[in-house]
Amino acid sequence: MSKQDSSIGFDCRVAFAEELVSLAQADPRIVAVCNDSVGSSNLVAFRNAFPGRLVNVGIAEQNMVGVAAGLANGGLRPFVCAASPFLTGRALEQIKADVAYSDFPVVLCGMSPGMAYGELGPTHHSIEDLAWLRAIDALAVIVPADPAETRAAMRWAVAANRPCFLRIGRTKVPAVSPEGQVFEPGRATVLRHGNDVTIVAIGTMVARALDAAQQLAQQGVEARVINAASVKPLDEATILAAARETRGIVTVEEAVVQGGLGSAVAELVSQQHPTRMRILGVTGFAPTGSASFLFDHFGLTAANIAGRAHELLRSH
Amino acid sequence: MVTDVLGLGEWRARRDAFDAAALAEKLSMLRTASNWIRRSILTTIEGAGLGHVGGDLSVTDILVTLFEGVLRINPAEPGWPLRDRFILSKGHCAAALYSVLAHSGYFSPERLAHFAAPLSPLNGHPNRRKVPGVETNTGPLGHGLPVGVGCATAARICAEDWRTFVVLGDGELQEGSNWEAAMYASQCDLSHLTAVVDRNRLQQGASTEDTNDLEPLADKWRSFGWETHVVDGHSHVELLAVLSRAPGDRPRAVIANTVKGKGVSFMENGVEWHHKVPSAAQVEAAIKELS
Repeated sequence: MSKQDSSIGFDCRVAFAEELVSLAQADPRIVAVCNDSVGSSNLVAFRNAFPGRLVNVGIAEQNMVGVAAGLANGGLRPFVCAASPFLTGRALEQIKADVAYSDFPVVLCGMSPGMAYGELGPTHHSIEDLAWLRAIDALAVIVPADPAETRAAMRWAVAANRPCFLRIGRTKVPAVSPEGQVFEPGRATVLRHGNDVTIVAIGTMVARALDAAQQLAQQGVEARVINAASVKPLDEATILAAARETRGIVTVEEAVVQGGLGSAVAELVSQQHPTRMRILGVTGFAPTGSASFLFDHFGLTAANIAGRAHELLRSH
Repeated sequence: MVTDVLGLGEWRARRDAFDAAALAEKLSMLRTASNWIRRSILTTIEGAGLGHVGGDLSVTDILVTLFEGVLRINPAEPGWPLRDRFILSKGHCAAALYSVLAHSGYFSPERLAHFAAPLSPLNGHPNRRKVPGVETNTGPLGHGLPVGVGCATAARICAEDWRTFVVLGDGELQEGSNWEAAMYASQCDLSHLTAVVDRNRLQQGASTEDTNDLEPLADKWRSFGWETHVVDGHSHVELLAVLSRAPGDRPRAVIANTVKGKGVSFMENGVEWHHKVPSAAQVEAAIKELS
């Protein structure tokens, strides 16, 4: 069982909301687009500061994403803020055709992703989003791990002028980013050095990966911990170095084990430097339970990450 | 693709002449342009060996009226920020759109011979990054109106007066996304947005009424809060009047009653001509009729 208390840490949506206001103050092109999600996307402050720049289309995700593409066509820089399951699932074709294929600089912000909605169940979980969106050309897929990385990714997204998806967590997380870090797409962060085994994690799982590495260290195993927030494009050099320099890679993500971070790493190393892997994530529709309970249920805990790393090393 | 400067000069002269002309002359110019576009559609599709000839011919007079007589555009600067936006939501009628864009001088008509050829910018559905004059990539149905709502909202937020025109197929109104967009456009009183429905009454496999009945269509748009007009979609005088009308205080819907395959007797109202490719002999016969 996890020793982590989900009540400790930061809700990335708070940093997101503050940064959006700050960015919008500096750039009049920035508008927010939402689907009746002013509250859940923390857009109240944005609405108060820029009432004319909030486009709330109501509960209509297909229209929401199409409208965002049109706003970008008109010279604006939309941040689409909506619960991730509905943004990505309901409007997937609009994301593909209107945003990515049409190449509009729309920032798709999937709020409360993964299993953040806990007891509300699999309809409200966004665990397929990484697999769906990774398959779409031209779309960057970014999963910040903490408030600082959330802010940095948002600043990058405005400057990048390209279609991108940011996964904005609701589950509280501790700060894990080095002070003053600038976000760069295709660049992962090595948060802990070690040459026995590598743990590659994203989002809520990064702090758990660091805890797992501490547990492993107590048992004499030095784990390298990589935050691969830029799931697409992936930092190939850093991952391949880990494949070469350590005895195996464990990936951990709050998403299905098909098509997400684990798959991205496997696609890379299996072709360029095959190594043993364990892909940890969500293995099916979740039973009823809080996000914290479901992390335990699916083995997304520091103890299980450490255990799977041990098992991987033993399998050599 | 690079904008064709010679074609542009021709377009400029033509638009100036159009604006200065009396109505009878304007209608004559539109008829001439429509005839050119219909011939172009037939030869373009014959050359490519694919296309959607029926819908191309039904939408022709709508596109011609917009591009020749209504849209505030500058083919020399396709990205001009203050241009009117035109979106062909029924993106499968790309051969008609490309013909109209070439006719307006966005690129040379000679390029039409490369429609759907390997690596051609002229894909079977339009791509804004490859074809000047295309505002958004359409193809899957029910996408154009939401994007058009976004364009019109951007103009409003930026306090600019450019307009947005979206041409939809009637069959694609079966996609729910259109009605999401229609509700929101009405909520925002998007007066600078016009949706034109190419009401040819046929979809891919059968009539719209035998598939998923659209009627009462005008009442539907009115009930969504749109200023709604029903016109003959092959009457340039009716199209010009309604499309060049100044914005009111509501989004505007124009149901343009059309004939699929219009202008070619053996194609008119034939459901099989949705995407059947005419033979060389059929194209010759069709062009004779248009002459």
